[in-house]
Amino acid sequence: MELRSNAPTGPIETRWDRHRAEIKLVNPANKRKYEVIMVGTGLAGAAGAASLADLGYKVKAFCYQDSARRAHSIAAQGGINAAKNYQGDGDSIYRLFYDTVKGGDFRARESNVYRLAQVSVDIIDQCVALGVPFAREYGGLLANRSFGGAQVSRTFYARGQTGQQLLLGAYSHLARTVAEGKVDLRTRCEMVDLIVEDGRARGIVTRDLVTGKFEVHLADAVILGTGGYGNVFYLSTNAKGCNATAAWRAHRRGALFANPCFTQIHPTCIPQAGEYQSKLTLMSESLRNDGRVWVPRKREDCTRDPSSIAEKDRFYYLEEKYPAFGNLMPRDIASRQAKFVCDQGLGVGPEINGVRRGVYLDFADAIKRDGKKAIAERYGNLFDMYQRITGEDPYSVPMRIYPATHYTMGGLWVDYNLMSNIPGLFVAGEANFSDHGANRLGASALMQGLADGFFVLPYVIGHYLAQAGKSKTTESSAAVTATLQETQGRFRKLMDIGQKGSRTVDDFHRKLGGIIWDNCGMARDPKNLRKAIEQIPQLRDEFYSTVKLTGSGESLNRDLEKAGRVADFFELGELMCRDALERDESCGCHFREDHQADGECVRDDDRYAHVAAWEWRGNGPEARDGNYVRHQEQLSFEYVKMAQRSYK
Amino acid sequence: MAETIDLKLHVWRQNGPKDAGRFEDYSQYARGISTHASFLEFLDVVNERLVLDNKEPIMFDHDCREGICGMCGMVVNGEPHGPQKATTTCQLHMRSFRSGEELWVEPWRASAFPVIRDLSVDRGAFERIIQAGGYITARSGAAPDANAIPIAKSLADEAMDAATCIGCGACVAACPNASASLFMSAKIGHLNSLPQGQAERDKRTLAMVAQHEKEGFGSCSNHYLCEAACPKEISIRWIARMNRDLLSAAISYKPAEQRAGGDGLSWV
Amino acid sequence: MLKAEPLPLLATGAGKKAAVAVTGTILYGFVFAHAVGNLQVFLGPETINAYGAMLHSMPKALWGARLVLLGSVVTHAALAMNIYAGAKAARPTRYKVNAPIAEQSILQRYARQTMILSGPIVMAYLIFHLAHLTAGAVPGLPFKEGDVYGNLVRGFQNPAVAVSYIVANLLLGLHLFHGGVALFQTLGLRHPQWDARTRPIAFLVTAVVTFTNVIIPTAILTGLIGSELR
Ligand SMILES: Cc1cc2nc3c(=O)[nH]c(=O)nc-3n(C[C@H](O)[C@H](O)[C@H](O)COP(=O)(O)OP(=O)(O)OC[C@H]3O[C@@H](n4cnc5c(N)ncnc54)[C@H](O)[C@@H]3O)c2cc1C
Ligand code: HEM
Ligand code: SF4
Ligand code: FES
Repeated sequence: MELRSNAPTGPIETRWDRHRAEIKLVNPANKRKYEVIMVGTGLAGAAGAASLADLGYKVKAFCYQDSARRAHSIAAQGGINAAKNYQGDGDSIYRLFYDTVKGGDFRARESNVYRLAQVSVDIIDQCVALGVPFAREYGGLLANRSFGGAQVSRTFYARGQTGQQLLLGAYSHLARTVAEGKVDLRTRCEMVDLIVEDGRARGIVTRDLVTGKFEVHLADAVILGTGGYGNVFYLSTNAKGCNATAAWRAHRRGALFANPCFTQIHPTCIPQAGEYQSKLTLMSESLRNDGRVWVPRKREDCTRDPSSIAEKDRFYYLEEKYPAFGNLMPRDIASRQAKFVCDQGLGVGPEINGVRRGVYLDFADAIKRDGKKAIAERYGNLFDMYQRITGEDPYSVPMRIYPATHYTMGGLWVDYNLMSNIPGLFVAGEANFSDHGANRLGASALMQGLADGFFVLPYVIGHYLAQAGKSKTTESSAAVTATLQETQGRFRKLMDIGQKGSRTVDDFHRKLGGIIWDNCGMARDPKNLRKAIEQIPQLRDEFYSTVKLTGSGESLNRDLEKAGRVADFFELGELMCRDALERDESCGCHFREDHQADGECVRDDDRYAHVAAWEWRGNGPEARDGNYVRHQEQLSFEYVKMAQRSYK
Repeated sequence: MAETIDLKLHVWRQNGPKDAGRFEDYSQYARGISTHASFLEFLDVVNERLVLDNKEPIMFDHDCREGICGMCGMVVNGEPHGPQKATTTCQLHMRSFRSGEELWVEPWRASAFPVIRDLSVDRGAFERIIQAGGYITARSGAAPDANAIPIAKSLADEAMDAATCIGCGACVAACPNASASLFMSAKIGHLNSLPQGQAERDKRTLAMVAQHEKEGFGSCSNHYLCEAACPKEISIRWIARMNRDLLSAAISYKPAEQRAGGDGLSWV
Repeated sequence: MLKAEPLPLLATGAGKKAAVAVTGTILYGFVFAHAVGNLQVFLGPETINAYGAMLHSMPKALWGARLVLLGSVVTHAALAMNIYAGAKAARPTRYKVNAPIAEQSILQRYARQTMILSGPIVMAYLIFHLAHLTAGAVPGLPFKEGDVYGNLVRGFQNPAVAVSYIVANLLLGLHLFHGGVALFQTLGLRHPQWDARTRPIAFLVTAVVTFTNVIIPTAILTGLIGSELR
């Protein structure tokens, strides 16, 4: 299969403008004849659905929560980047583009990234117009901060709730279009399959989570804005409901899944407290500006009261190993070093499965230097949150932190027009394989979600519909009835197994997550990856014979929902490991122990400067080796010169 | 570290909006609970035990589990989101309870929030209140530069205070009148505070208040329990502000259709 | 599509509440004036009888005021009960455990919970009070047109009348204690800087009214004043 990015060529500064000028348009009177399905109401989905509706398309939008406003974009704390250069500190579209390509460790498409940087500017304007209360300076102009090690202050924020405020902005936009009758919004409704006929996406099958009813929705274009798949790890900073089902079902219907092994780990999360733990909570990275990271030098000190451990017995590992950057090392390195010291048995906090997974983040020196008041002003709300969750007072006891999965750069493969290899199927936001390459910079995911939704989809959808015309598929088409039946059968089968089963869905999910976290998490090596590729299908087989479900499929049944999602995570998890094994290099967040120089990634640009896009060839859960085909989209870097990162 | 407690747990079970519902005693499934678990993790543990005992798990809504999505919410011993101040149910931890303590867990109770199942209620009424006017009309791509209108820091901060509402519905659950005034006033207050929200200010206030009425919420009798139950500590001052906006809108608002024609004086 | 048509003000809860607050304020003004006027009883029969005569010398103003008060009390009571009924329909079920939820003083909690009781009781007593002292229509209680002092003193020398007046006024005090502050919230007349002044004033006025209304019957009952008429 040839993967065509369809990216324009010529000077990068004008690619998007020229593309927009050449793009096909749908005549205004015809727009309302076209139906578009938007799955997901996060930043990408809500912004996209509302923008398309205002243009005149008939839009149907779906989310699994009870309100569109609860998509997981709501949880983003830090901020959103935009190349406004309001601070006059030398930022520009080009610099944001450059930083993003480099930050992504040269595994993203230059044209896409440039467009992202370009429209970032309009996002802020649009959000302010929608009433997003960004932080401001006394003079009334917008405030910015520097985020994630950027050398310019280009991050816009709304306290520690930027994602919430942006999503509420996009959601209110959507709410208006719903009220005006332009969008039909279905909440508590999950997409469980994609309908493809004659190679074109024709619609979706959904399950109403309250009544258990399966429904067919047909449209002329289908857009997935369904977020990331971090929950494949079971424990992550994602919401409990975040899932890969929409993307995975599309994959099984032919859409290529790109770079599944590119997942990002965030270094400052609250560690796991016990086996019952259901998710991990992220704390802003800004904590590392004042906190010092350490573990005891001696194993026997790991259970001692930290304040009784003498200075010389403390191992400030980041400061010692990387004197130039110290505690502010980039996310991936800080995370891996934490794992490394804990693996050596130096971790602190509760012991789970024989290991203490936690390191201290100590504010004692900062409090001595600046006073408790100053620290409280800076981090008060984070300290409160930490105390609420752990019951410990970080002003007197050092915080404990540990890395957790936070974002997935991989996702469905799309071309420059955000269209997957299935015509009529578009993917936006975190769900696509994105503009972030092998590593996403802080505050860039919100930017990408809104860029796709507000400013890219409105053009590319019209471009597609103007060429493809209306879909002629009807409810009685063979593809529709077959897909519907298959889906119903899948859930019926789960309920049937469940009647006799003996292990809960969460039990399986925890085990699966454990395998993936241990073998395809922060550090990967071929031996472990091969082991995981063996273990996962075994666990999956057990799942399909012993999973336990109660209740019925015809009402609100959280366990059944979860079972469907976990079933898909098994397959995705296996593919992640395969992708990690095949990508025989280290790059960005994909750290292969066999390709490193002193803990840093060593890329292999000759062999791997490409996107790996996997094709599904399996048929059902019995699929085994050989059912995956790996395609490549070669990446070329005309503007940003390939270089190795170095922090020594 | 891993202290555990046993609880006398009673949970409201209801098969659907038409079922009468009843409390079930789940104390036998609520033993040996870690005090470090969150309240929802405690219910997860109870649910796993129920399932393995061939019983249906308790349905409750939740998603982010970090206090921001507003999806979770249940009444614990008469208090929406439980006993801890400014904390959602998902952020409430079991160390707030003593071993042997009796817990009564029930759903938000309000006619406008019909029970879907067990602890899960339908908050669609909130959606429709927002749809009635909780927005600023601004087509994508038509916005002026973000710094074109400076907004005083104090004003932006104030709007942000209101905008932090997570739409959980605890205010309604706490209110003896099941009024959604706190929620609605936070939404109206956020948008009415900002310069961008002025054009639709009167229309927004009137339409949202009218929708609140249609949804069957009670009206505010100044009991002020909403403020105390709100996990985001939204102030009841916003209700006062909304009342003021409503009175002024009722006096000055004229729909666009009525403005047309005449001598062009829209204010008489 | 959602039809979001504005409703007439009095069809909305907040609008009704505003009317309750406005009429409540009018009644508030009345009870305050009434209480302060009554204080003249301590100055002896001449002063208070002259005050009564003065009011009666302006029949138009008097009847105007009475009409406004009647209209207010009827509107106030009717809307308040309508709101209450709406609230019951909106929240038919109670929780298993009756938790306080908010940290409020006992007085505050009791006052807000009993608005719907203190109102009608005050209303009932008001009717009795008017029948007694304005119309002289209560059998068994002596009444002489124009002798405000005598009517008042003789009435309150009856312990049953005095005690029920005191109880009614304590309830009115509670009603005003909550209502006096609430009305600023209801009418949107709040501001951090005004609050610092308006709320203490509301408390003070309530205290003055209640204290006055309680002290008069107490003084008469204990013979502090009016013992000459025994
Ligand atoms: C804790 C945390 C903090 C973060 N902080 C930042 C930050 O500071 N800055 C930054 O730039 N990024 C941050 N990110 C990343 C960023 O928030 C996300 O990448 C981004 O918001 C994703 O938006 P989205 O629209 O693609 O998906 P989401 O917001 O996840 O929305 C997904 C939508 O799809 C729906 N959906 C999913 N599956 C289905 C299905 N099968 N059927 C129907 N509907 C479905 C959901 O209901 C939801 O509406 C953070 C992420 C996390 C987890
Ligand atoms: C002298 C007579 C009265 C005075 C001075 C008075 C005063 C007030 C005031 C100031 C309020 C506050 C309004 C607000 O919350 O903003 C109030 C509320 C109320 N009043 Fe009265 N009132 C009087 C008589 C009555 C009567 C006769 C009733 C009978 C039903 C009544 C029932 C209520 C109720 C139920 C409320 C609360 C309404 C609500 O909050 O929803 N009041 N009153
Ligand atoms: S006002 Fe508070 S309690 Fe009410 S919905 Fe908003 S956050 Fe929840
Ligand atoms: S689950 Fe999101 S706020 Fe509790």
